[in-house]
Amino acid sequence: MVETEFLVEMRQVSKRFPGVLANDRVDLALRPGEIHVLLGENGSGKSTLMNILAGLYRPDEGEIYVGGRQVSLRSPRDAIEAGIGMVHQHFKLVDIFTVAENVILGDRNIPFFPNRRRIERHIAGLSERYGLRVDPQVRVWQLSVGERQRVEILKMLYRGCRVLILDEPTAVLTPGEARELFRNLREMADRGQAVVVITHKLQEVMEIADRVTVLRRGRAVAMLERGDFTARDLAWLMVGRDVVFQVKKPPSERGEIVLELRDVHALSDFGRPGLRGVSLTVHAGEILGVAGVAGNGQRELAEVVTGLRPVRAGSIHLAGCNITNVGVRRVIDYGVGYIPEDRLGAGLVPGLGTVDNLILKDYRRPEFRRGPFLDRRRSRERALERVKRFDVRLSDLEAPVKLLSGGNLQRLLLAREISANPSLIVAVYPVRGLDVGATEDVHRMLLEQRSAGTAILLISEDLDEIFKLSDRIAVLFEGAVTGLLSVDWTDPEKIGLLMMGERPAEEAVP
Amino acid sequence: MSGLRPVAFPWRLERSLVPSPAMSVLVPVCSVVLALLAGAVFLAFTGRDPWFLYGEMFSGVFGTRYGLFETVVKAIPLMIAGLGVGLAFRMRLWNIGGEGQLYMGACAATWVALTFPDQPAWFLLPGMFAAAAVGGGVWGLLPAIPRAYLGVNEIITTLMLNYVAILWVDYLVYGPWRDPAGFNFPLTARFSPEAILPTLGDSRIHAGLLVGLTLALILYVVLYRTRWGYEIRVVGDSPGAARYAGINIGRNILLVMLASGVICGLAGMVEVSGLAHRLQPGFSPGYGYTAIIIAWLARLNPLTVILVAFLFGGLQVGGYIVQTNGVPATMVAMLQGLVLFFVLAGEVLLKYRFRRVRDPRAEVKKRDR
Repeated sequence: MVETEFLVEMRQVSKRFPGVLANDRVDLALRPGEIHVLLGENGSGKSTLMNILAGLYRPDEGEIYVGGRQVSLRSPRDAIEAGIGMVHQHFKLVDIFTVAENVILGDRNIPFFPNRRRIERHIAGLSERYGLRVDPQVRVWQLSVGERQRVEILKMLYRGCRVLILDEPTAVLTPGEARELFRNLREMADRGQAVVVITHKLQEVMEIADRVTVLRRGRAVAMLERGDFTARDLAWLMVGRDVVFQVKKPPSERGEIVLELRDVHALSDFGRPGLRGVSLTVHAGEILGVAGVAGNGQRELAEVVTGLRPVRAGSIHLAGCNITNVGVRRVIDYGVGYIPEDRLGAGLVPGLGTVDNLILKDYRRPEFRRGPFLDRRRSRERALERVKRFDVRLSDLEAPVKLLSGGNLQRLLLAREISANPSLIVAVYPVRGLDVGATEDVHRMLLEQRSAGTAILLISEDLDEIFKLSDRIAVLFEGAVTGLLSVDWTDPEKIGLLMMGERPAEEAVP
Repeated sequence: MSGLRPVAFPWRLERSLVPSPAMSVLVPVCSVVLALLAGAVFLAFTGRDPWFLYGEMFSGVFGTRYGLFETVVKAIPLMIAGLGVGLAFRMRLWNIGGEGQLYMGACAATWVALTFPDQPAWFLLPGMFAAAAVGGGVWGLLPAIPRAYLGVNEIITTLMLNYVAILWVDYLVYGPWRDPAGFNFPLTARFSPEAILPTLGDSRIHAGLLVGLTLALILYVVLYRTRWGYEIRVVGDSPGAARYAGINIGRNILLVMLASGVICGLAGMVEVSGLAHRLQPGFSPGYGYTAIIIAWLARLNPLTVILVAFLFGGLQVGGYIVQTNGVPATMVAMLQGLVLFFVLAGEVLLKYRFRRVRDPRAEVKKRDR
């Protein structure tokens, strides 16, 4: 094998999807021992490029060299054999298997009767060498998100991968966990591995990157070495224009209490306690941001308020009315808007058109009724008006909405929820997966609602978003509120500590 | 690594977002043609001349009054049962029990006909329709209850209930309902003339055709114009969204399976009242199963079901015709299977498209301009 400077080289790689050129003649070279950050906005082609390198997609054009030899990676197996492994954003683990079983999953060199003890020793050795603390005998469902990520990394190290790709690895981690991950990654790089981190967070680049490649609309617009760039340079390269880091929000005009939770308990999907005694209030004209690491009760919180999940104990009040366990329909009728986490899986009906999607919540109302029939003309007229007012870009009102882009889907969803004039909006990860433009739109709409006197419960895993929009911040940890702070009295570092379960005594405000 | 070079295969299969209208017509038609071609290969292997047999089938079905009329006769139960199971499929309820619901409908209608032989037609026929609706409806509702409340898989339960229904009818016609004057044949007595659906002239085409066409129209309107149809479409497309919108999914499961069973029950009723004029074992050669294929071929659109039912009626009749040439009747079942097979394969062409890859850069320039 010819030794070259690079472990892996991608040359002039292009990949086209219907209607988009996801990668346009991208060059990327990875050195052993470096942490290489792939920076770009959502939809800039970072994940596509790495999926090509991991053998999931095949490039339409371009060449890939591993150790100086040209290769064709037709499947993740090919990639792993070439020493390239990827940790995806959504982990691919079997919950009921142990860590060791997950690590060897798919390894063809395992004998029919695997030697458990030896495999577990091997894994324990790997995890010690790289500082990836996790017990090989524990079942995956018992692990935290951070630990699951370590299992995914171990899986790749176990197969002898020399190039490790991580797709937005910190999205699901607390600041502390992220720091630990970065230490692990540095350890790997020091041992000669090449680590690729996909991200759109600037401070991460500043923290860990040895080199950074910036992607914009499918093109690699820059490749810079550590020390040659500032955060502002990168932001400019990434977006192609100057970024306003701080959005001014008008002062809050806090009104009456709209939503009140009193000592609410609920179960999670797995029958374990999801919420343990949550009490909080949201006032009219106020945004209450709920911070926390995903999986600490955010989903359960959103679902009990919107009536989707039964409350086991405690009560929920909306403008003085008890809405505990009254069912989704009644909650909708009480004027609660809901922007769910899963746009296409819950908030919208992917196979139906825009008109049908816009009446999802009020097709039962008298104004759309004509006996047993739906008033098609009225719903169509109203859909036209909404689409225009909320700037949803589409070509056909009847075409299935699954064809719309993420930003347009979210605008459509907001169009429906906002124009129902809700007294409360529950928004869960409202900008996840959206580009900068759509994100600004969504944030602007939420702030407009706040000015109009709507109470907003904003659940997000992005601290920047929470700080940008919220008037007060509640921190969820293991199903309980561990802190309720005014945004002016705190900072991300403090919130980060609370997210990890550390409970400071002072500073609680009503 | 084995030093594999990139393959220079210039065609790519990629997702196509919107199926082109031409393709949505072309694909089913080509599927049928390809199925016939594949069937021809089988026939050739059995030492017969496929083109001669297809010619016989075609001229037998379309070239004669008998063939055309029989096609309509066969299409009636297929159409009605196809509408019935198709309604359930809309909500992703896999009702494989159309056959059983059809038998129970026929059974209940027969009970009315045999119990009140002396009543006038204005009482008997509506009574038989109502009974068939109850019989089929109950048979559809039974598996829906455990499905709605416990999540019990309806594929298994509906399928099992078919055997119960078929054996129940067997029991009746071999036992208590056997015609004493029937020379020991397993048949019920012939219905009184008042219990028989009117026919078109002296042909075998009966009023069941009107039932089928009306049902198709009603179902179309219900699905696309009413609030209930809207709920069905929402639940069928995304149960998550239905829950989010506060639609009662359990109630809709019960209602849709009930309606699906009622419609399949009516198919049984028109078959005994319009054609057989009595209940006999095996009066349905698997209409309830063929209906599944029909519903899918029609893409669950009630109006398209009419067309596809006629196509399958013709296929069935064609099979009977070539039997006189010593071809086993099961050949038709084989052809039906092949049609479904090719249509499902053709779906890929609707969801994906082949694209020739030359130079991705050139295409970008074209777009940017």
